[in-house]
Amino acid sequence: MAEMASSGQTPEILFWVGCAGSFDERYKAVTQAFVKILNKVGVSFAVLGPEEACTGDPARRAGNEFLFQMQAVSNIQVMNAYEVKKVVTACPHCFNTIKNEYPALGGNYEVIHHSQFLQQLINEGKIVLQGGGEFKGKKITFHDSCYLGRANEVYEAPRDVIRALDVELVEMKRCKTKGLCCGAGGAQMFKEPEPGKKDINVERAEEALATGATTIAVGCPFCLTMMSDGVKNKEKENDVKVYDLAEMLAKDMGI
Amino acid sequence: MSILPQVIFLLVFAVAGYILFKRISFLRRNIFLGKRETRNDLPDQRWKTMLLVAFGQQKMFKKLTPAILHLMIYVAFVIINLEVLEFVIDGIFGTHRVFAPFLGSAYGVAMNIFEFLAIAVLVSCVAFLIRRNVTKVERFTKPELNGWPAMDANLILVIEIILMFAILTMNATDQILASRGIPHYTLLNGLFFSSFLQPIFQGMSDGSLVFIERFAWWFHIVGILAFAVYVTYSKHLHIFLAFPNTWYSNLKPKGEMINMPEVTNEVNMMLGIASETNQEPPTEIGRFGAKDINDLSWVNIMNAYSCTECGRCTAECPANITGKKLSPRKIMMDVRDRAEEVGKSMDSGGPGLADGKSLLGDYISKEEINACTSCNACVEACPINIDPLSIILQMRRYVSMEESAAPAQWNSMFQNMETAFSPWKFPPSDRFNWAEKVKNEEIKEN
Repeated sequence: MAEMASSGQTPEILFWVGCAGSFDERYKAVTQAFVKILNKVGVSFAVLGPEEACTGDPARRAGNEFLFQMQAVSNIQVMNAYEVKKVVTACPHCFNTIKNEYPALGGNYEVIHHSQFLQQLINEGKIVLQGGGEFKGKKITFHDSCYLGRANEVYEAPRDVIRALDVELVEMKRCKTKGLCCGAGGAQMFKEPEPGKKDINVERAEEALATGATTIAVGCPFCLTMMSDGVKNKEKENDVKVYDLAEMLAKDMGI
Repeated sequence: MSILPQVIFLLVFAVAGYILFKRISFLRRNIFLGKRETRNDLPDQRWKTMLLVAFGQQKMFKKLTPAILHLMIYVAFVIINLEVLEFVIDGIFGTHRVFAPFLGSAYGVAMNIFEFLAIAVLVSCVAFLIRRNVTKVERFTKPELNGWPAMDANLILVIEIILMFAILTMNATDQILASRGIPHYTLLNGLFFSSFLQPIFQGMSDGSLVFIERFAWWFHIVGILAFAVYVTYSKHLHIFLAFPNTWYSNLKPKGEMINMPEVTNEVNMMLGIASETNQEPPTEIGRFGAKDINDLSWVNIMNAYSCTECGRCTAECPANITGKKLSPRKIMMDVRDRAEEVGKSMDSGGPGLADGKSLLGDYISKEEINACTSCNACVEACPINIDPLSIILQMRRYVSMEESAAPAQWNSMFQNMETAFSPWKFPPSDRFNWAEKVKNEEIKEN
């Protein structure tokens, strides 16, 4: 972003990478896949790089409002300084926070989730799919992220993206408004669960495996981790893969 | 004819009215122990939500069987109350079936509809009793229902069954008396359902029939008044509170947490940002987050009094499903029980809120609130838009900011965020490292 700004360019969108997108070994592949799609399509975009900080979502959900607002206000200062208008992010938590919670602190942007953005690119014919590639005709199930689904009522965009791959989309028993959480929301990602009889991600992975799908599609970094761990817990990691939507599209596009 | 029954009726009516008035004032005061919050925006959307969700039972229809059973009781409740109006007029003026002459044959049709509804209520209540006590639907078997809540639910169902039998008995005996030409009784053009009860009473004398008819009449009307009073002490308040509760629904995206402007002021000061929202420091520094009911919004407390403990929230809660202690229904029950405790203490000259107890700690444990994934499944599941998540998150704010007692791993996460601007401990300068791979690949391709 800094480079573009200094050379007088105004990118169409700011791609908000998020902490998982920047640091999580597995999830960095999603960031890379999404960026490759943007480059291929020729979308003018920028990232904040080292100027990006956590949106503060986990701090806020864990009750630390001071820390959340410190993060939020700093991020807003940076984005406002660059006159950012439109933000795209692959993380539903970043999406929810920037879209719904930053306006109260002076950050007003058009915020869209990458599933919505990818859907638009497909609809506009900018992403030309090769007919599903390795996914063609395979059973795929989509795991709804709470912060995309119930929190912001985005249910169809990710499904449209999957359908565009010419696959068989199968639904889990609990899906859309009734979708079961992966277990990581509300800052649970950052601590061990409370004592119980089962881990939430295992419960959800069992449900996903019961569909007979060979790929579990997700649209959230935390869900990606939790579902992958759940599948591993069931020792199915060789048969069933967990992918982000952007990775699936990039694979199909051969990039 | 003696006016004694009328006097007695008026007395009973007045006493019930007085008790109801006192009880409603008590509930109202308890609800407004919560913090002020204005939710009057978007009135069109609010009316629409109330019409769809409360009046139209929209969210009940996610599961068909209980939805239909519940709808029958609901429709019957609304419509049979029209007959109660007649009961009241008859009671005050000593008349009998005062509407009959005005409505002509339509009256008989209306009575048949009421009888049908009474049967529908009977069937539904029996089905509900079976679901609770025989087939034991899972959400009715959770520990927070042990004791009084389970008894409360069964009592309501049994009372409704008895009240419906009273109506049918009254109609059956009433029509036998009318057919015998006893003055005062109006012969209607056949009452279908209660006619099945007539054989039981056919052989009785006029005197016993009048006694049974009057007894059933009194039992029904006194029963309804008693029930109205009972409702205000029970989980059954939802029959009224569902309406304001849905009107005051949260209309914002479910994922949005409400901002704390008092924190924004401090953050702006710390970061040296002048903002128009900068205000004089408040004279009395309030608590951050919620420890007790008076820290919550009045909407949260109204939510609690509206809850009928159906447990759809708990049945959808990922934490509860996987055996954690958290149950969103228990959160709502705890808020109500604490509000009742504080209210009673205040009215008896006790310490009220300053009784050394609090919602967090004495009713709700940290283990419960820490288990929440903030997934909004409970909020989505509630047929009348109750929001347990809002209460949980306000309590987390108290624990984190007032007590600094968040779980240790969260404290580490906070530390990482303070020092490295990420919940994980990576140097901020590494944020762009992922791009190396993309760049290398592009170079290779070219």
